[in-house]
Amino acid sequence: MTTPTGKPPLDRKTLIDLGFIEARAKVLDVAAFLDRLDRAPATNVMTDFRVDAIRAALVIALDASPARAERILNSWSDPSTQPVAHADGKAARGAHLPR
Amino acid sequence: MYIDPHIHMVSRTTDDYARMAAAGCVAVTEPAFWAGFDRSSAAGFQDYFRQLTESEPRRAAAYGIAHHAWICINPKEAEDHGFAREVMSMIPAFLSRPNVLGVGEIGLNRNSKTELAVFEEHLEIAAQHNSLVLIHTPHLEDKLKGTRLILDAIAAHGKINPARILVDHVEEHTVRMVLDRGMWAGMTLYPDTKCTAARAIDIMEMHGTERIWINSAGDWGHSDPLAVPKAVVSMRARGHTAADIHKISFDNPRAFLSQSENFSVNAPRPTIS
Repeated sequence: MTTPTGKPPLDRKTLIDLGFIEARAKVLDVAAFLDRLDRAPATNVMTDFRVDAIRAALVIALDASPARAERILNSWSDPSTQPVAHADGKAARGAHLPR
Repeated sequence: MYIDPHIHMVSRTTDDYARMAAAGCVAVTEPAFWAGFDRSSAAGFQDYFRQLTESEPRRAAAYGIAHHAWICINPKEAEDHGFAREVMSMIPAFLSRPNVLGVGEIGLNRNSKTELAVFEEHLEIAAQHNSLVLIHTPHLEDKLKGTRLILDAIAAHGKINPARILVDHVEEHTVRMVLDRGMWAGMTLYPDTKCTAARAIDIMEMHGTERIWINSAGDWGHSDPLAVPKAVVSMRARGHTAADIHKISFDNPRAFLSQSENFSVNAPRPTIS
């Protein structure tokens, strides 16, 4: 595999057999997470940028174009290009704050 | 037989060494890391660097694992420039220790100006000592921007052969830019925040196996010290050849790390401390 072809060694049917149950479980987890938020008591915060980022990523996951994972990661990335003046804590949040 | 080229064994139990050895691990390399809290003095780093270069190699050798270290102040602790400089002044003395491979894991965490300045000063130390460099790229939403800042800083510095630099924690959106600049790319197999084994294998299928390795980056957080052998099992299930599996889990890390004469896959004879 020193010259990448982008093609997996296994055919599509075999990959489905191998990965479907795990993918099914992950889809259910995302759906249940969104349901859980709907069931939770409301706060004065109407939306959360992280949840918005997940909803936007789901749209990308459903489109027909390639490189979905890469495009989702790009959509969650800080689009700025210059270093910030000071570190805002040590931990990243998982999606960039809308500016 | 495999090498885990990025794992923080000071945070792991001796049982983990036993499990890794049973799974076929013959060598590890351990970059200097953030302890989960900020150390209160530079002297804390002096002790940490001694742990990385004295006690941890002994602990590993008891299980037939060759242990190597990288020395630096991690970007998570680099926001205080004066403190970082005090720690960086200790680095040269440790670079000559027998299990030390170079400067790492340096890089950026939240992409701040001070982190970037400290990163550039680390590069200069590595250049002056002709050391290998292991680079940490930021997490999550900071990774894309941080990787670009890091690659630009390396290009501007210009004194280190890209083939002697490994940029770690790449994902789908950063792997190509690292490989295109002639550097090595590391994929970290984390349960949540970096690559799963399935995605790492996807990346190999799309970008090839040249200048790429996999590691667990096992530490005190949510991580798995057996992530590399588990990825090997997944590669096998995904139909990859034994040659490709050996290349990604052994040949590639050995090729990069052997640019340091201190690297060996042969553990020293066990000793009692």
